[in-house]
Amino acid sequence: MNKRLFALLSLLVIASMALTACGGATTAAPAATEPAAATEVAPATEAAGAAYECTDALGCVKIAADEPLHMAFWGVLSGADSSLGEDSKRGVEIAIDDKGGKLLGHNILLTTEDALCTPEGGATAASKLATDTSIVALVGSTCSDETVGGIAAITQAGLTTISPSNTRPALTDPNRGPDYAGYLRTAHSDAFQGKAVAEFAYNFLGVRKAATIHDGSAYAQALQQVFADNFKELGGEIVAQEAVAKDATDMKPVLTTIAAKQPEFIYYPVFVAVGGYITAQVRDVPGLEDVKLAGSDGIFSPDFLKASGPNVEGVYLSSPDFSAFTGDYAGFLKKHEAKYGGSTLSTFHAHAYDAANIIFAAIEKVAVVEADGTIYIPRQALRDAIYATKDFPGITGNLSCSPSGDCGAPVIAVYQVMSADPASWNPSDPTNPNPKKVWP
Amino acid sequence: MRTSFGERMLDLVVSGFLWGIRVAIVLAIIIGTIVTLSKGVYTSEQWIGFIVFGIAQGAIYALIALGYTMVYGILRMINFAHGDIFMTGAFGAYFVATWLNTIGFVDKNPALGLIIPILFAMILAAAIAMLVERIAYRPLRNAPRLVPLISAIGASFFLEYAFRGFFGPGKYAYPPLKALDGGWTIMNVEIQKVQVLVVAAAAIMMAILYFVVMYTKVGKAMRAVSENQDTAALMGIDVNRIIVSTFALGAAMAGAAGVLFSLVYRQIDFFMGFTPGIKAFTAAVLGGIGNIPGAMVGGLVLGVFESIGPSLFLEGLGIPRPYQLKDVIAYTMLVMILLFRPSGILGERLSKKKA
Repeated sequence: MNKRLFALLSLLVIASMALTACGGATTAAPAATEPAAATEVAPATEAAGAAYECTDALGCVKIAADEPLHMAFWGVLSGADSSLGEDSKRGVEIAIDDKGGKLLGHNILLTTEDALCTPEGGATAASKLATDTSIVALVGSTCSDETVGGIAAITQAGLTTISPSNTRPALTDPNRGPDYAGYLRTAHSDAFQGKAVAEFAYNFLGVRKAATIHDGSAYAQALQQVFADNFKELGGEIVAQEAVAKDATDMKPVLTTIAAKQPEFIYYPVFVAVGGYITAQVRDVPGLEDVKLAGSDGIFSPDFLKASGPNVEGVYLSSPDFSAFTGDYAGFLKKHEAKYGGSTLSTFHAHAYDAANIIFAAIEKVAVVEADGTIYIPRQALRDAIYATKDFPGITGNLSCSPSGDCGAPVIAVYQVMSADPASWNPSDPTNPNPKKVWP
Repeated sequence: MRTSFGERMLDLVVSGFLWGIRVAIVLAIIIGTIVTLSKGVYTSEQWIGFIVFGIAQGAIYALIALGYTMVYGILRMINFAHGDIFMTGAFGAYFVATWLNTIGFVDKNPALGLIIPILFAMILAAAIAMLVERIAYRPLRNAPRLVPLISAIGASFFLEYAFRGFFGPGKYAYPPLKALDGGWTIMNVEIQKVQVLVVAAAAIMMAILYFVVMYTKVGKAMRAVSENQDTAALMGIDVNRIIVSTFALGAAMAGAAGVLFSLVYRQIDFFMGFTPGIKAFTAAVLGGIGNIPGAMVGGLVLGVFESIGPSLFLEGLGIPRPYQLKDVIAYTMLVMILLFRPSGILGERLSKKKA
C-alpha cells in the first residue's frame, strides 16, 4: 500500500471514530486507566434545544431515539464447559425480559461473544467487543482465565464488565492494577469458598488428613491452595497435593499415589471432564473405598452426574448458598422454566441476573435524556455509578460493591449429591432436592 | 568423502550431544527409580496395580495403533483421522447400548448386550473409514506425500465438528454394564472385571487380525501390496479393494477400542478421539510403524510406562505433582526410541526401501 493511500485511510478511520464517538462533539479519545473524576452526572431531562455536550473522561455513548441500547455478554459458549456460560447468558436474558426488553424507552440489544474458557479466547472476544463503540456495558466473563486474557482491552476501551462467575481471588485483589479498573463481579471470591470447604471438612466431617487434585487451570490451582492453607490453619494435615493434565483420562495411577498417603478426604475443585473421571475411578483404587470426596462450583452441574456415574452419590459440592438468596429466586426459576424449559444448567444464573440489573440501575442513574429521545451515557460516570452500588436488592442478596470490584454476597454452602440420575438435578426443590444442602 | 576438519568436528559435537541426552535420560530414570524404591512409599500390590492399569490403557492404545500402522504399511501415509474414527465407534456403540438398555435387553443377555454394541461400532467405524478413504484419500493417491497428510487432518476436523453439529458439545455417559461391576482379588491385588475384559477383548481382536493378515488370501494380498503396489497389481491383485479393506480392518479395531474405552472411562464427546489418537500414533512409531506386532508391543509399553512412570522415577527425582507430566513421559520415550532405535522396537524387518 502506498503512503498517500495509507494516510488517507487512517484519516478516514479517525474521522469516523470522532463522528461516532460522541456526536461529533468535543470528546477527546478515551484515555483509559486513570480514573478521573466524573464531571457530568446530571441526570434527567435536559432543556430542549441545547445539545448535550459530553465532558466525560472516557467519552459518551450516544443512542439516537430509534437506536437500541447495546449490551454484551462474553463467556464460554462452546466446548465441554459451555453449560456454565449458557446458564449465565440466560440470567442476563431474563433480566432484560423483566425490563420488558426496554430501558429508558430504548430496546435492549444483547450481543454475545464466545470466550472459550481460555485466556486466548478471552483476549479475542474482549478485543472484538472493545472495538464496538455502541456497547454500553458488559456482563462476563465466565471463566477466570478469560478475564485474565481479556480485561485490559475492555478497561482501555472505557467499558465496564461485571462477571457473574469468576471466582479467582486475584481478580478483585486491592492491588490488582489499573487494567482491572473496568472489572467487577457478583460471584464470590474463592478466598471464601476454599475457606468454607476447609471448615466444612474439618468441623463438620471431622476429617484430619486431606488430599487435593487440580487440573492446572487458574481456578482449580488457586482454589485448592486456599483450601489447603485454611485446612492446615485449622489443624488438619494436607497429605498430598497432586495435579493432572486437563485431557487426562486414566486417574487410577494418581489416585494410587494418593492412596499411599491414606487421606480421609479428597478435594478436587476441577471442571466436569476431569471431575467425572476422578469420581468414576476413585472407588476402584484399593485404600480409597471409603474416602470422602468433595468438589466445588465448577462441577456443580447435572453434566457432572452424567460424567461420573453411580459413584457420584454422596459426593460433596460447594456452591453459593441458594437458600440464602434474599430476593425472589423462586420467581426467577419460574421465569426460567417458562422461557427455556427444564432446570438451570449451572450455578451462576442468579448472579448474572443481578449483574445485569446493577448495570441497568447504573445506566438509569447516569444517562442524559434529550427531549427527542436521544440519550447519552457517559462511560466514566457509569463505571463510578456501578462501583457506588450500595445495598442493591438482588436475588443473591443485598449487594454492595467494594472499591476493588467485589459486589457478591459470599455465602457458601456445601451440598451433597443424593442421586446419580442427572434428570433429578434440582438443588432448590423444596421436598426432594438433589444435591441437598448439608452445611452450614 | 571430502569432509573437512570442521565438518568432522561438527559431527563429533552433534553425536556427542545426542549421546549426552541419552545418557542423561537413562541416568535420570535409574536414579529416580532407585530413590523411589529405597523410600518404599508403595507396596508391591500397588506396583502391580500400576502395571495392571497400564496394561488396560495400553491395550486400547494398541488397538488404535493397529489402524495407523496398517495404513502406513500399505500407503506410507499417516491417517490422522484415525483417532476420530475411534470416536465415531464410541458414539455408535453409545446409541445402540442405550437403546438396548432401555428396552431391557441387556439385563437379560449381558454378554450379547456387550457384543452387539461392539459389533455395531466396528461396522460403523469401518463404513466411515471407507467413506473417508474414498472421498479424502483415493483422489490424492498419486499426489505428493504431504497432500494426503493435509487431507487427513482436514478429514479429522470434519469428523469432529460434524459430530459436534449432530450431537452437541456436551458429554454422553456410556451405560455401565452391571455384569462388569466389581473385580477379583488375585494375590492380594484387586483386578477390575472391566480391565480383564478390555485386555482379553483386545488380545482376541489382535489375534484375529494377525490371523487375517498372515493366513488368509486378503491378508496375503495386503502384504503383497505393502511390498510393492505395481507388482501386486501385475499379479492380479485388485489394489484398490485391498487398500479399502485395510482401512476397514484398521477402523474396525479402532471402533472396538472406542467401545472398550467408553466401558472403562464412561465419558463420550466429539473430541474424545484426539488424545488417544496421538498416543496411539506414538505407540505405532514406538513399536516400529508398519509392523503389526510392533503396534501391539508399542501400545502396551506406552500404557505401562505412562501409568508407572510418574510414581516410579519422576517422584524419586523430587518433581512435585508428577502426574501432570504423564505426557512428557510418553513423548520422551518416543524421542528415546527414535534416538536409540530409529526403526522402533520391532522395526528391524522394515526394509530401507519402505521406511
